[in-house]
Amino acid sequence: MKISPEQVAKVAKLSRLELSQEKIGQYAEQLGGILGYMDKLAELDTQNVEPMYTPVDQVSVMRDDVVRKDYAREDILKNAPETDGAFFIVPRIV
Amino acid sequence: MPELTQMTLSEVRKALADKTVSAAQVTQAALLRIDATEPKVKALLSVQAEEARALAESLDATGPDPAKPLWGVPLVVKDVLATKGVPTTCGSKILENFRPVYDATAVARLKDAGAILLGKANMDEFAMGSTTENSAYFATKNPWDLDRVPGGSSGGSGATVAAGQCYGALGTDTGGSIRLPASFCGIVGIKPTYGRVSRFGMVAYGSSLDQIGPMTRSVEDAARMLAVIAGHDERDSTSVNVPVPDYVAALSERADLKGLTIGLPAEYWDKGLSPEVAEACAAAVKKAEELGAKTVPVKLNLSQYAIATYYIIAVAEASSNLARFDGVRYGHRTSAPENLLDMYVKSRTEGFGDEVQRRIILGTYVLSSGYYDAYYRKAAQVRRLIRQDFESALKECDVLAGPVCPTTAFKVGQMTSDPLQMYLMDIFTISTNLAGLPGMSLPVGLGRETGMPVGLQLTGRAFDEARMLQMAHVLEKNLPPTGLAKL
Repeated sequence: MKISPEQVAKVAKLSRLELSQEKIGQYAEQLGGILGYMDKLAELDTQNVEPMYTPVDQVSVMRDDVVRKDYAREDILKNAPETDGAFFIVPRIV
Repeated sequence: MPELTQMTLSEVRKALADKTVSAAQVTQAALLRIDATEPKVKALLSVQAEEARALAESLDATGPDPAKPLWGVPLVVKDVLATKGVPTTCGSKILENFRPVYDATAVARLKDAGAILLGKANMDEFAMGSTTENSAYFATKNPWDLDRVPGGSSGGSGATVAAGQCYGALGTDTGGSIRLPASFCGIVGIKPTYGRVSRFGMVAYGSSLDQIGPMTRSVEDAARMLAVIAGHDERDSTSVNVPVPDYVAALSERADLKGLTIGLPAEYWDKGLSPEVAEACAAAVKKAEELGAKTVPVKLNLSQYAIATYYIIAVAEASSNLARFDGVRYGHRTSAPENLLDMYVKSRTEGFGDEVQRRIILGTYVLSSGYYDAYYRKAAQVRRLIRQDFESALKECDVLAGPVCPTTAFKVGQMTSDPLQMYLMDIFTISTNLAGLPGMSLPVGLGRETGMPVGLQLTGRAFDEARMLQMAHVLEKNLPPTGLAKL
């Protein structure tokens, strides 16, 4: 599977990453090689095989929906790049 | 009595319980060992010396507590595990200043058991790598030979244990990240069954593959740590609520290997092994036979598809998991962003290293519309077939045995240029994660050519860690000791 520099640029945008032109070319080459290696899976007949997304069968574990206050707001906010003491602050949206 | 820092966890634990040594003495000896060896080995991203000394003193003030199985034992934790108030960087610049407000469950359980946290171990950024050269801070060196890598991604955990800086460490294993560094550093490393140990507080890489496990200087040590961290946790919905056997007691149930059947997968023994690895692993299997084990050839027909399957699933999960790093609630934020989108993009681009960005992009690609079925869904289907392969093999035997890696630790810088070449180093370890089975690395001697440690990999049935540990314990007692790194 070849992957073009345009495709790399598009996927980078979806991933919220900014790549230099040089890096786009480098990744296109490396990812093409990796995807080429991955293409060998096409050799296997997997018709009627149920996909396995996790080794654990228990899909949804239910618990009571109870409010818990395990952490103090000020502690949570300590790791934030910008706050007003009560909320996370981000650049203006509207 | 051997020198304090050369003792195993089990030995120092006994010395502490008998009051032959105090927690403060043990902690001080470990900290001095860190001072002496860390400039060469560079295993640790941070050291909590003052906190460790203070805790040791307060433990000594009340005296040994038989209810706490790791009372006074200094340990190290991989920097991907949340430690309350202590930096948790994941080896990434994006989390340079991050201090979690809670402990990972595995960390909390070690602390509750009386352990002393000494420091946080270096790692490949977000556990993506096999050499620990991919840390955003510095590369860790192998204590056996400073020109060689310790393996990865838990290379800091492997090196700190092998260097005698602590008595055990926690690592994490998504595709071999505990077993590979354990093999390269000549120590014991266990990847438990998926669901055996809570992942709460482990920064996720591949959520359906990741497990936390112990890295130690003996099998008994590993059993003691696993006994503390294993078991259901309501805060991880994938942790399984099944009883945890007494791993330490299980070790004394066997003096030989009579009645045990070891499966030897042809695919792991046939091709591409360096002669010294083949020789050391074959000698260990021969010893197992002498001790009464029966060996049978088994087939893992889909082994050749495991790396492709693994890297599709791992990068897909990584691209989703790492979406949370957006510069809003924690982690790096770019200075002077033009708008919200610009802030996301620049913060992530500045914060993530090259390999992390490559895997995010690859993961986003295999999940994207038009490619999802051909890659991600296909890989998930092959994953089921791989598990079935293991299930049939493990019907014919109790444990599978083979090498952890085709070679011993390679030279620094050898694997950094070609990502695909590095992915291929995981060839023998990743299937275990895809199948969710328990696996471990046991040191079985030094390679004749390089003089570096060789690890034998054991893989067991789901939740059957006890039998794997028993076998490893008997082998360890009957093989010539691999010894400790001379630093």
